[in-house]
Amino acid sequence: MAKVKQQSMSRELARRETISGYLFLLPSLLFFIVFVVYPMIMCVFTSLTDATMADGGGNFIGLKNYVDLFQDPIFRKGLLNTVIIVVVSVPTVCAFSLWVGARIYNMKMWACSAFRVIFYLPVVTGSVAVTVVWKWIYHYYNGILNFVGTNLGLWEKNINWLGDPKFALGCIILILFTTSVGQPIVLYVSALGNVDHTLVEAAQVDGATDLQVFWKVKWPQIMPTTLYILVITTINSFQCFALIQLLTSGGPNHATDTVMYYIYYSAFTLYRYGYANAMGVILALCIAALSAVQFKLAKTD
Amino acid sequence: MKNIRKALALVLALCMVLALAACGNKADTPASNPPAENSQPAAPESQPAEDEPGTNDLTANLTLATYPVGKMTDETVVKGLIADFNAVYPNVKIDLIYLDYTNGDQTVNSMIEGNSAPDLIFEGPERLVANWGAKGLLVDLKDLLPAGTYDVTAGSCTNAEGAMYELPVCQTAHCMGINKDLFTEAGAMQYINEDTHTWKSTEDFLKAVEAVAAIHPQVGVVFCGGQGGDQGNRALVTNMYGGTYTNPEHTRYTGNCAENVKALQALVDVNGIEFDPGIVGGDEINLFCNGTLAMATCWNVGAAQSETQGLTANFEIFPMAFPTESGDPVLQGGIWGFGIFDNGDANKIEAAKAFVKFMTEDEAQYAKIVEATGYWPVREVAGMYEGNEIMTEYGKLVPFMGDYYQITLGWPEARTAWWNALQRIGAGGDVQTELDAFVAEANAAAEAAEAG
Amino acid sequence: MNSGVKKLSVYQIITLVLIVIIAVVVFLFPLYWIITGAFKTPASVNSPNPDWWPKEWVMRNFDTLFDKRSAPLWELHVPLSEWFTQDHSQIVFSTGPTVPAAFRWLINTVFMSVMAMLLTCATASLAGYSLAKKRFFGRAVLFSLIVAAMALPKQVILIPLLREMSGLHLSDTIWSVIFPIVGWPFGVFLMKQFAEGIPGEILEAARIDGAGEVKTFTTIVLPMIKPGIGALAIFTFINTWNDYFMQLVMLRNTNVLTMPLGISKMMGEFGQDYGLLMAGAALASVPIIIVFLIFQKYFTKGITMGAVKG
Repeated sequence: MAKVKQQSMSRELARRETISGYLFLLPSLLFFIVFVVYPMIMCVFTSLTDATMADGGGNFIGLKNYVDLFQDPIFRKGLLNTVIIVVVSVPTVCAFSLWVGARIYNMKMWACSAFRVIFYLPVVTGSVAVTVVWKWIYHYYNGILNFVGTNLGLWEKNINWLGDPKFALGCIILILFTTSVGQPIVLYVSALGNVDHTLVEAAQVDGATDLQVFWKVKWPQIMPTTLYILVITTINSFQCFALIQLLTSGGPNHATDTVMYYIYYSAFTLYRYGYANAMGVILALCIAALSAVQFKLAKTD
Repeated sequence: MKNIRKALALVLALCMVLALAACGNKADTPASNPPAENSQPAAPESQPAEDEPGTNDLTANLTLATYPVGKMTDETVVKGLIADFNAVYPNVKIDLIYLDYTNGDQTVNSMIEGNSAPDLIFEGPERLVANWGAKGLLVDLKDLLPAGTYDVTAGSCTNAEGAMYELPVCQTAHCMGINKDLFTEAGAMQYINEDTHTWKSTEDFLKAVEAVAAIHPQVGVVFCGGQGGDQGNRALVTNMYGGTYTNPEHTRYTGNCAENVKALQALVDVNGIEFDPGIVGGDEINLFCNGTLAMATCWNVGAAQSETQGLTANFEIFPMAFPTESGDPVLQGGIWGFGIFDNGDANKIEAAKAFVKFMTEDEAQYAKIVEATGYWPVREVAGMYEGNEIMTEYGKLVPFMGDYYQITLGWPEARTAWWNALQRIGAGGDVQTELDAFVAEANAAAEAAEAG
Repeated sequence: MNSGVKKLSVYQIITLVLIVIIAVVVFLFPLYWIITGAFKTPASVNSPNPDWWPKEWVMRNFDTLFDKRSAPLWELHVPLSEWFTQDHSQIVFSTGPTVPAAFRWLINTVFMSVMAMLLTCATASLAGYSLAKKRFFGRAVLFSLIVAAMALPKQVILIPLLREMSGLHLSDTIWSVIFPIVGWPFGVFLMKQFAEGIPGEILEAARIDGAGEVKTFTTIVLPMIKPGIGALAIFTFINTWNDYFMQLVMLRNTNVLTMPLGISKMMGEFGQDYGLLMAGAALASVPIIIVFLIFQKYFTKGITMGAVKG
């Protein structure tokens, strides 16, 4: 009898727990479902149709969009460019911010915060303002980069930085880099400042070199920070859209097309809504897989 | 510490106040408020129909989207026009959306996709007839066409089935502009017939470019950054050796003909002209006006009259037709006018039609809007541009205006394919191959449009 | 820590010089170029021989910028009125004086960022606590969904979102940018990580003391996750301020534009007038930079907080 009562008590408790749990979740869930989950479902749905502008939804065509997608050289190019951006910028950002962080974290307070502020400035300046000024700096005829470069004899005649497929993507990655390192540097400075000093001193007493101390003692301790930086930088790199839209519109000849930009372009220039949505679904799957891997990594650590 | 916290709280509080202030954001009424003062409802010549009641009680909220045609995105000018309208129709509120040729199409498309297309739009047939009209989104405006409108112009705004999706308001001939000071200095004016504004021959055009290139680093560009201004390089390419861009029936693209291949090859080979995927037509004009480039292919009288462009150039701008072998250039026309989106609300369509009618029917009001665009009227308007030197000079080029083929099926897709082909040619691609690819892509789009 | 006493090694000097050069050339120079460019004459801006320092300071770029577009400084409308009017327009009951649109854009941007920040913090801290400390059916599934959606670029759901906004009569309003940002589950994830640090015994004790759910949350949970909320607030604010894509797709009317979008539209219209663009860029960035410099300490603290548990 007592046991039964206890069970019903705990069932009652579980019921209350569930209700209160969902009540707390409700506001957030509402936004999440209405503005993320529902559009996502619609996106999957539309991706199976040949929907175009103002046709009321299009006809069901199964997986044709997906088949077309993998035969579309521009999509492949966009995918490749997206991968290049992520693969180049993520390690560069991490390595650079670690390097700067390690160099400045034990400086005097004012020097350290001055550096942090400077490296964080492009983030607060805002992506559009930064892009606009870089567009001017890169300008073929009146850009200061060409002025300095030709005057110092680094290159002979003006280079069309954003108009030349050889350089355009690199130029975009450089701007992305400046707007991405601010946060990681701040994080590394604080993580390195929190490293356990007794361990460092013990290692030094044992005669370890600075480099050994860094890799053997400090690195494992700042590992969680590194993982967090990896995650946010990856998200950041994937979402790089303003740069491309404002600087090159994906040109020249799709040299700077990313999947994100190609979705926008397919939808609003080519009117291929179903197709754009199919691309969105593929992208979402790739990203979900990537975050799963990152989480696995974080868990095992 | 405490102080900072207080300051933070103050800033936050301030933000909140501002935040509340910014709450309202849709459906402003630019016309109902201050501009009303500018309008002169009593202006006697503006209202011919005195027997009508002074005001009309038609009520609606409209959105007017304008592309930068002359001063049609200049706030004071457009709001002035709307104020004229509101003097008669005080209950029709008109919201403005300013578009540009870089993002404008995407903006309109995203509005259409969000079921909130603008009610009124001001643009040319390539977008209104060949794009949104062809997709069945616009209202046929045939019944609003004022008497006396030139047949050719009206025809260019009408699709094959006879529906008129653009009510033409103004037109011009797109031409080239050259920096006369530089050309004179380089001794290149000898290749030009100054009185007719034509090149003596295509060969002479290329010689002139080489001559200027000897004294000026950059003569011209084949801009191919996408979006607007393609009329310039299309006209240049087709005129040089008499090629065509589409068939005469406006159903298929012929841009890969031997004449065009020859022309593009000549542009690739000549010194002083570069293919630049970094810029668009508007950029070319600016670079020309600030002296960086010695000639512009995306030129027209509107640019010449613009305070931010032609009027501030510190050299003499000389308008030119495109170079030809035959001496008989075919200029690309530009025709702009109103389109009305069918948003499924008969009342809004009626109000929008009233607006279009108000702007175009009465001659005085019509002259006003034509002047705002800076181009020529599409019917005879007595005394228009009398004594205006620039208009008179550029007017000499208008008779060269040719076929308005920009309403060919699949135009938006074809235009994108054209940019991409130029970009590939600029990057070293073979001219014939790339033009073939362009035509294949464009024709596929035309076929799809025909089928759908 | 006592490295100050030690002499700097050659390696240290070289890295320091390198860092300073990179900081100045790549990070400081663009900002300098924006601010000086905003005051240069058109001739100087368009010259292939740039002036390192404006030869002549002019206000022309700001004048042009302010002349181009105007908008009422504010418009207050009856909340939800668009649901009841015939053509779904809002009923505006108070309109501010007409000012250069750039000021309105600045207000819009601040409003958007602050609103998104407040809503995100409020909803995410509730949800994060629930996911971390409540045990209920569907929790694991929900959490995986959140993690999966976290890194999703917004481009993916762009088209359905557009249709949805028009269905909710939100097209072309600031809210159409704010709501998807609030719905983005990164904040929930972050707050969950924070809330996990709350010891279960304290919550248990509160329950035994008879504290209700709401009281437990406000008196125990909230103070403990406060640093996390700070971090999330800064993160959301900066992200919203920079969320150009949603603004581009959702906003069109001059009155609802944001500062970044305003500049990008000017870029489309006056492509090569870099003086004008710099004036816009300066106006968009200088206010927030000043705020950043004043509250720099809190910014860095907030950012670091985010990582400790993130």
